[in-house]
Amino acid sequence: MKVALFIPCFIDAFFPDVGKATLELLERLGCEVIFPLDQTCCGQPMGNSGCESDAAAAENLFVENFSGYEYIVAPGGSCVHHVRDKFTAIPQTADVKAVRANTYELVEFLHDVLQVKDFPWAEFPHKVGLHNSCGTLRGLRTASMSEINEPYFSKPMTLLKQVKDIEFVTPSRPDECCGFGGTFCVGEEPISARMGYDKVRDHRQAGADYIVSADSSCLMHQKGCSDRMQLGLKFIHIAQILNGARS
Amino acid sequence: MNGRDEILEKVRNAQPKGCALPEVPMFDSGLPPALQTFKDALAKIGGEWVHAADDQDIEALIRSRHVMAKVICSAVPEVAGTRRVVAAMTQRQMDDVDVGVVRAGFAVAETGSIWLSEEQYQINALGYLSQHLVVLLDPADIVGNLHHAYRHRGFFEAGYAVLVSGPSATADIEGVLIRGAQGVRTLTVIPVARERR
Amino acid sequence: MKRVDHAKLSKEFIVQEKHVQFHDKRLWDLRTARDVAAFGIPEWEELRSLASAIKEHTLSNLADYLQEFERNAIRNGVVVHWARDADEHNRIVHEILSSRGAKSLVKSKSMLTEECEMRPYLEARGIAVLETDLGEQIQQFDDQLPSHIVLPAVHKLATDVAEVFSRTIGTDPENSDPYYLAEAQRQATRPHFLNADAGMTGCNFAVAKTGGITVCTNEGNADLCANVPPLHIASIGIEKLVPKLEHLAVYIRLLSRSALGSPITQYTSHFRAPRKGGEMHFILVDNGRSERLAMDDFWRSLKCIRCGACMNTCPVYRRSSGLSYGGVYAGPIGAIINPTFDLKKYSSLPFASTLCGSCGNVCPVKINIHEQLYKWRQVIAQNHELSFVKKESMKVAGTVLGNPQSYRAAIAVVNKATSSLPRAFIYNPFNAWGKQREVPDPPKSSFRQWYLKNRKVK
Repeated sequence: MKVALFIPCFIDAFFPDVGKATLELLERLGCEVIFPLDQTCCGQPMGNSGCESDAAAAENLFVENFSGYEYIVAPGGSCVHHVRDKFTAIPQTADVKAVRANTYELVEFLHDVLQVKDFPWAEFPHKVGLHNSCGTLRGLRTASMSEINEPYFSKPMTLLKQVKDIEFVTPSRPDECCGFGGTFCVGEEPISARMGYDKVRDHRQAGADYIVSADSSCLMHQKGCSDRMQLGLKFIHIAQILNGARS
Repeated sequence: MNGRDEILEKVRNAQPKGCALPEVPMFDSGLPPALQTFKDALAKIGGEWVHAADDQDIEALIRSRHVMAKVICSAVPEVAGTRRVVAAMTQRQMDDVDVGVVRAGFAVAETGSIWLSEEQYQINALGYLSQHLVVLLDPADIVGNLHHAYRHRGFFEAGYAVLVSGPSATADIEGVLIRGAQGVRTLTVIPVARERR
Repeated sequence: MKRVDHAKLSKEFIVQEKHVQFHDKRLWDLRTARDVAAFGIPEWEELRSLASAIKEHTLSNLADYLQEFERNAIRNGVVVHWARDADEHNRIVHEILSSRGAKSLVKSKSMLTEECEMRPYLEARGIAVLETDLGEQIQQFDDQLPSHIVLPAVHKLATDVAEVFSRTIGTDPENSDPYYLAEAQRQATRPHFLNADAGMTGCNFAVAKTGGITVCTNEGNADLCANVPPLHIASIGIEKLVPKLEHLAVYIRLLSRSALGSPITQYTSHFRAPRKGGEMHFILVDNGRSERLAMDDFWRSLKCIRCGACMNTCPVYRRSSGLSYGGVYAGPIGAIINPTFDLKKYSSLPFASTLCGSCGNVCPVKINIHEQLYKWRQVIAQNHELSFVKKESMKVAGTVLGNPQSYRAAIAVVNKATSSLPRAFIYNPFNAWGKQREVPDPPKSSFRQWYLKNRKVK
């Protein structure tokens, strides 16, 4: 199965290990992974700031890079949510529509397309709090939402439960936003920081040693808060755990 | 152009394309037993259910529960009180009432609500200026849920109708629940069958 | 009108630790209570869908329903007025009162009358107006807008209320016991109900088929305002219409469960016709609603039934309080409604959000609030209401991120620099970022650099 890998801009810049883990994991699962070299960004920062028209160049470039692939996979929920559900700064040609529809977030791809039932190489003997970003949760619907009267399901949890010795703890507010929100994190810094502080404290009080998420932006924000408060929490991307990271 | 015509024209021009009106089901299959549901719901919203034996003197029961009451104003034949409310009275005359006594038009099990209108109150303010309200309810008058309630013909006949659900309440001061805000401090429901003629 | 700076105002609230903790917890508890109530009804999601569809149908046939409502109300003996805007609304109210020599008015909660700024208008013309809802009265005495649609003074602690009441109704400033304060307010307000010349209510729902209105309260103050004085005036936003009585069942089942987690408000009052010897007036008010109805992207905000659930769930609102939104409506619904009143003044509100989407999920009428927030951001940017810094940096970001070579050059700089990003990349975030957060450690190389070095390029 041929898969084109999209590495969100800030993962490229700050969290290359997440990109590496994603690449390795997909290869382990039998995929032929292509990394289009001229990729940059999905356009979300501009779109969310109201400057959709400024996102056009990035969106066009995205389509150029990923045109023709049946599966485009990214380790970033908010980026994939933007591509699938908001990507409207450019004319919606057949090509654009195809690229949008073929873009998957990593957890979705593993759960729905590859339908991975087992990660025999994975082991993570730690107490873990799972953080579902708003982009993956309410945007891409990778798990049931606490507000909705619907049956429970969780794609990330289903995958993580295959990991040997992993132990889950649940915070008191399982899906309250952590406060990253893109440019919100600086435009509304006091509230953003407070939300981050509350989120990591909640996980810590539940007994978590690690927080795992499918979204590095949330992890970056929460780590920033946790480190400043010296809470001792560690942060890891789901790709890294599923790829066999022990810590 | 006057305000009315201008608004209607603006609205007509602005209206989005027609969306169909859905059918609303009654949601009444498998409803739990009405009487018990009503009692549970009433308790949750701060009302009190007081059982009366078949031959019990309702008036004496009410007086025993409100020993300090000077003015008991009744809108029901079963209770004389110290004063009967009649339509000729004024709203303001209800100001000194300690206990008002009315009969429920009907009740709603789902929410523990009592339906009252000017027919049951005679003077509407009886329900709000009284310090306490006692409601006689025939258990046969309890309907299962609000979908049933809103088909009751009483709504189409009354100039003023209200679903009263427990005593008045507020939690506006630091979230502390206080029963007896501006209206009645307590709401008591006593099951009494209607006189069958 | 001075632009509301949500971030600046929120800073003032968030430093008050006791207030923030209480406010956040209180509203989160209500959100939790809502969840319990919602999960207790198997048909909850179906009710939401029905509520949304009934409102969308009504709004798409609003002119006909308004006329049906008016016809029936008039037949019931109600006098019906129409007000194009806030000013006309206030003039009509004043005309009704002054023509009857009315000097005092008691009123129950109505966001619409706040929109119209009716109280100062009437007071300037010699009519005394008293808010009778406990929370609204506290805010009136303190000369502040209500901070929450359902709980107007939720941002205040009991000690704050004690301070307000001590200087207005003469309570003991040292006594902040809520029971004491509530009882004092009950006693102080009672004479006003008895002696007022007129009473005013808002309207939760207006039923076209019956020509009657429904008002939901917990205190019973609307019933006092409407039933004791001889004259009852109700202000009704034109979007409050529903077609038939049976539709009320859907909304009443959703309203209080969404707002407070309780099955119904203590009083659900239906006003259809005046009492013998009394008068009832309805004022149907537009005030920008017909304009909003014409907006493809934003008309669905007119479905709002004023439950406040979006405020209770919003993590930003809970930590910043309604006063940070600077308008009559706050929180998520405020952020999508207020810009229609004044785009420039409220241009910061759609950005006071992470677009988490929780609001749309709890909304009983399924308003797509988070999508409208995103769309408002586009409108604000197009109308040049973004700050110059933001606009310019987004232009540059768009150029850099739209060009592979510029992007790679920017990343290379990032890798070298330890503590600053080029302004073009993300507009200098670390100045703000670093205030309360640690900056991420820069990696040795970017993913792309690692890939090129370690993987064969096909």
